[in-house]
Amino acid sequence: MSMMKKLAFVLIAAMVATLLYRPAQASLEIVITDGIDSARPIAVVPFRWLGDGPAPEGLTQVIAADLMRSGKFNPIPTNAMPQMPSSEQEIDYPSWASLGVEAVLVGTIEPYAVDRYTVAFQIVDVLRGQITSGSRVLRGGELVSSNDHILDARRSVINGDQFRQYAHRISDVFYETMTGEPGAFMTRIAYVTVNHNNEKPYELVVADYDGYDEKVLLRSPEPLMSPSWSPDGNKLAYVSFENKRPEIFIQDIYTTRREKMTSFSGINSSPVWSPDGRTLAMVLSKDGNPELYTMDIASKQFTRVTRHHAIDTEPSWSPDGKSLVFTSERGGRPQLYSVNLDSGQVRRLTFEGEQNLGGTYTPDGRQVVMVNRTQGNYHIAKQDYPSGNMQILTQTSLDESPSLAPNGSMVIYSTTHNNQQVLALVSVDGRFKARLPAREGEVKSPSWSPFLR
Amino acid sequence: MNANQLLKSLLIAVPMLTLAACSSSQGADDAASQQTNQQQQQGQQGSGVELDAAERTKTPEEIRAEQMETLRQENIVYFAFDDSRVSSEYAQMLSEHAEFLVQNPNVTVTIEGHADERGTPEYNIALGERRAKAVAQYLQNLGVSSSQMETVSYGEEKPLVNASTQSAYAKNRRGVLVY
Repeated sequence: MSMMKKLAFVLIAAMVATLLYRPAQASLEIVITDGIDSARPIAVVPFRWLGDGPAPEGLTQVIAADLMRSGKFNPIPTNAMPQMPSSEQEIDYPSWASLGVEAVLVGTIEPYAVDRYTVAFQIVDVLRGQITSGSRVLRGGELVSSNDHILDARRSVINGDQFRQYAHRISDVFYETMTGEPGAFMTRIAYVTVNHNNEKPYELVVADYDGYDEKVLLRSPEPLMSPSWSPDGNKLAYVSFENKRPEIFIQDIYTTRREKMTSFSGINSSPVWSPDGRTLAMVLSKDGNPELYTMDIASKQFTRVTRHHAIDTEPSWSPDGKSLVFTSERGGRPQLYSVNLDSGQVRRLTFEGEQNLGGTYTPDGRQVVMVNRTQGNYHIAKQDYPSGNMQILTQTSLDESPSLAPNGSMVIYSTTHNNQQVLALVSVDGRFKARLPAREGEVKSPSWSPFLR
Repeated sequence: MNANQLLKSLLIAVPMLTLAACSSSQGADDAASQQTNQQQQQGQQGSGVELDAAERTKTPEEIRAEQMETLRQENIVYFAFDDSRVSSEYAQMLSEHAEFLVQNPNVTVTIEGHADERGTPEYNIALGERRAKAVAQYLQNLGVSSSQMETVSYGEEKPLVNASTQSAYAKNRRGVLVY
C-alpha cells in the first residue's frame, strides 16, 4: 500500500506540475515536500463528455489538484483507476474498495447551448456503497433503492470560461462533504513580488489561491508591504513607500479606486481589517515609538490601544473582534501578547522560544499561528488554547508572514529557498507541506483572502 | 559592383566624409584661436606687464555641494544584530556630518533605518526606525537641530546585499544618511 501511495504521489505530482505549468503565469506552481502519506485516498474520475467533438479539458484535474493540495486527500492517478464510471450506477464498488479508496467523484459534462455546458456530479461513499447500493429499504410504506451512499449530487449550467471556477466549487463541496469543514478553494491570495530587473520592482498581486489568474494591482518603484483583505474580499489595505515614506492605503481590487488612510510622521504599518470591516488596526509611531492604534474607517477617528516604551507591532484581530494579538518587546525580546480593546488589559501569550512574532488567530480562536525563533531558526509554529501547547510546524528557513486560509486548514507563509524568497504552505496540523516556487525575483507577504462566494 | 553594394559603401563613405569635414574645420578653429592667444601674449610681454589669474571664489552652494559629495561617500552606520546602539567607530564620520549640518542649518538630511531579513517584516520596520532614530539622536547630541533631520525605516525591504549570509546581514543592518 505504501508503495502504491508513493507511486500515486509521484504520478499526481507530475500531473499537477504539468497542469499548472504555464510559463507566463505559473508563479505558484506547487512542489509537495511532505505529508501525502497521511492523506485519505479518494478518486476523482474524469467526467464523461456527452457531446460531439473535443471535450472541455481540465475540470477534474483542477479538482484533483485542489484536493491533494488541501493535504487531507490523496487522489489516485487516473491510470490506476479500475474503471471510468460517470455515475453511481456504474461504480464497481469492490474494485475501488480494494484500492482503499474512500470516496469516488463521478460526473458528466453535456453541451447545453453555445459555449454553455451542463455539469453534473456525484460524490459516492465507497464503503457504504458496497453495503447498501442496490439494496431496497422500506420508506413511506414503499420499497425504494437506498441512496445513502450518495453523499452529494448536483447539476449546474456553466459558461465555457467558468470551468476552473466551477472545479473549485466542486472541490469545496467535496471537501465539506468529507470533512465537515468548509473548503477554501474559491479563495485568493494577495502578495508582494520584488524583481529588481524591473523599472518598478515592487508589485502588489492577487491570484486565485492556486496561483492562476494573477492580476497586478499596483506597480511601484518603492517597497510595498503588509497586504490585508477586507472581510468582504473586495479591498486590500497595504503599506506603500511610493512617497519615500510608509503610508497606509486602501484599494478596491475591482475598481482600482484607492484612498490614502494615514501618512503620519514615522511608522505607518501593519494595517489589519477588523472582522466587521469597520475598523483598521495598525501601528503608528507618531507619538514617539511604535504603538497599536485602531482607526474607524468611516470617521477616520483614531484610538490608541497600547502605551509602552518598547516596540508594539503586528496586530491581528481575535475572531470576535474584541481583542488584538500583537508582538511586543516589553518583556525584553519580542513575544506575543493580547490586548482587550475594552479594558486595555494586556496578557502575555507566549513563553517558549527566544522570540515569537507575527501572531494570528485561527478562525475558531482556539489556536494562534506565529513565527517562532528557537536557536536562531525562524519557523512557523502554533500554540493551542487553553492548553498552551506549542508545536513547530515547518522545517524551512527564515519563515515569516504566516496567513491562514479562511477555513483554518492551511497556513501560507513566506520562506527562503535557494537564497530566494518564495511562498510555502503548511497544514495547521503540520503534516502536509508544499512549496510554491517563485519565478524571477522574490515573492513575499502572502495574505489569504476570506471566503469569496 | 551591384546597386546594393554601392548603396552600402555610400552609407559608410558619406558619414565618414562628413566626420572628416567636421574635424578639419574644428582643427582650423583651434589653430586660429591658438594663434590669437599667442599674439596677445606676445603683445603683453612686449609692454612689460605680467598677467596672473585669481582663483574665483567658490559660491557657498558650490562649497556645500563639494562637502556634501564628500559626506555622501561616508554615510553608513552599521549595527549589531537586534541592536540599535551607534558604535564608537562611527564617531569621526558622524561628527563630520554633524559639523556640516550645524554650519548649514538650511540643509536637511533623511536618515534611513534598515534591518536584515531575519524576523518579520513588520517587526523589522520597528527595528529600522529605532536605528534611524539612534543616529538622529547621536547627531542631535552634537548640536544638529531636529528640524534638519527626518527618519524613515525601510525595515528589511531594501537590503544592500541580497543574500542570506552573516556578512550580508551585517551589511544590511544599517543607518544611512541621505542628503
